Amino acid sequence: MSELTLTVMRLGFLAVLWLFVIVAVQVIRSDLFGTRVTQRGSRRERPQQAARQQQAAPPQQRQQQGGGGRQRRGAPTKLVVSEGILAGTTVALQGQTITLGRAHDSTIVLDDDYASSRHARIYPDRDGQWIVEDLGSTNGTYLDRTRLTTPTPVPLGAPIRIGKTVIELRK
Amino acid sequence: MSSTTHTSTIGAIGAPSRRNTELALLAFAVVIPLFAYINVGLALDGELPSGMLGYGMGLGLLAGVGHIVVRKFASYADPLLLPLATVLNGLGLVVVWRLDQSERLQNLAKAQFGAFSPSAPNQLMYSAIGIALFVVVLIFLKDHRVLQRYTYISMVGALVLLLLPLVPGLGMDVFGAKIWIRVGGFSIQPGEFAKIVIAVFFAGYLMVKRDALALASRRFMGLYLPRGRDLGPIIVVWAMSILILVFETDLGTSLLFFGMFVVMLYVATERTSWIVFGLLMSAVGAVGVATFEPHVQKRVDAWLNPFSEAVLQGNSDQIAQSLMAFGSGGVLGTGLGQGHSDLIGFAANSDFILATFGEEMGLAGVMAILLLYGLIVERGVRTALAARDPFGKLLAIGLSGAFAIQVFVVAGGVMGLIPLTGMTMPFLAYGGSSVIANWALVGILIRISDTARRPAPAPAPNPDAEMTQVVRP
Repeated sequence: MSELTLTVMRLGFLAVLWLFVIVAVQVIRSDLFGTRVTQRGSRRERPQQAARQQQAAPPQQRQQQGGGGRQRRGAPTKLVVSEGILAGTTVALQGQTITLGRAHDSTIVLDDDYASSRHARIYPDRDGQWIVEDLGSTNGTYLDRTRLTTPTPVPLGAPIRIGKTVIELRK
Repeated sequence: MSSTTHTSTIGAIGAPSRRNTELALLAFAVVIPLFAYINVGLALDGELPSGMLGYGMGLGLLAGVGHIVVRKFASYADPLLLPLATVLNGLGLVVVWRLDQSERLQNLAKAQFGAFSPSAPNQLMYSAIGIALFVVVLIFLKDHRVLQRYTYISMVGALVLLLLPLVPGLGMDVFGAKIWIRVGGFSIQPGEFAKIVIAVFFAGYLMVKRDALALASRRFMGLYLPRGRDLGPIIVVWAMSILILVFETDLGTSLLFFGMFVVMLYVATERTSWIVFGLLMSAVGAVGVATFEPHVQKRVDAWLNPFSEAVLQGNSDQIAQSLMAFGSGGVLGTGLGQGHSDLIGFAANSDFILATFGEEMGLAGVMAILLLYGLIVERGVRTALAARDPFGKLLAIGLSGAFAIQVFVVAGGVMGLIPLTGMTMPFLAYGGSSVIANWALVGILIRISDTARRPAPAPAPNPDAEMTQVVRP
């Protein structure tokens, strides 16, 4: 047997042995995390990660993920507060109505001097188009620069202004 | 923006059974030794070894039987334990076979015993018996807590097993160590089985006494001093291990027992003082025995000056040859079948088998082997963490601790870190008792991990429950 073949076999064997060790460690990795946090409605997961979650998640959670993924392409998936005290907060859009105001049972509680207790709500209509509606607030709700008087469809990225708070819908 | 909290569901531990992962790893674990076997054959004879098909099928069959039994009787068990044990056992078989081919060892055996018989077929048979015991453990031990009932019986059993080699007519004195008994045509090393039995005793005993050991103590110089009456058992175990050392001159087993007891005591009580005591007492014991026992003295001497003239002539050149083997292996090794580790001579395929790995697979290979052992221990400790009952926790930690100590003691001895103690590398080394006992050990660990990872029965569904949404700024 030639020297070259033997050298290749020798290095190849070490590589295969280490590959086994690495694969074993990869199997352990999935065991390290005690609880599984499922992001609902987030479409920006890396496909690889999503695949791993799919594989490891128990059936119930898999169904939830399927539910989140039923939205149309191009539809907004989250609501982002871009200005104001709550800046940075995001809420996933899952077909539920989002209420805004100072009232404690609002989805987003606005701690804003210019907000009314039940200020506005954002909801999807039958086609899945998101609509913003002013609920008779004192200081008004603005979409871009115009004060809302009727329920109005919200385009992606258009700023909705309530007092000092600005929110927008994003993909 | 990304640091903000999204709406998310925090679920309980997903408990997939992971049997398919195990199957895939197991297939991998059978391929690796087969590759090694081909490698050895090509290096020694320049052609594929003739036993390749039979050997591969044999190992594959054993692994397959193990897997099916785990799938049937312990379906939530840890997916790594079985493949890791299989790959180590398979590699051990290959290297035992490789050392069988060495003419030097064949001549040595002929000179010593009058005839040479290859070890690999025996080792394959022992592996089969080991897997059979593994299967028996999984089928008949439905719940590891049953063992709790036999706490004191297992103490007696362990003592009997340990004393058996001293019984005249039954025990054998093999090269200075009386750790063997002869039953029928077979020689058995009862210490390997005593290791498991005594872990059961320690776990059962400590589960009952842990509060007394942990809480009833005085504080002195930052250490918790336990009361005298709680100190009793540790003194007894210590004395027992010293007695083994004196009468059977088996350094390894006594170290193993005492170390295992200290580990389990520490885990049960969370008191560092036990480790300090344990180390002090083992140091005192070791120094005391090394001073008075000539056999142990020789070992220490060979450890301190392996290359001195006196040791090479009068004692044994095994350690020197073993160190040379590791050294000539270098980082990547000489290649399987191309080393000269057979120079070690006697016990090259049992106590010193790691030296062959060191020479032919190099540092890289030995590191991988040690990592494989480390992973088995890690899975054992992980099982102990996940176990819900204190007995299972202690038993799992005791068994994996014993496994770790054994690997350390053997590897350390062969590499010259500590004095050599005639123990065998679990799964790798040639030796029936060792392989069989370690398969039983892995079987018990798999049983505990199955109980620990099995999901709790689902609570009755609550009709009012809805998904809760949390919005946090």
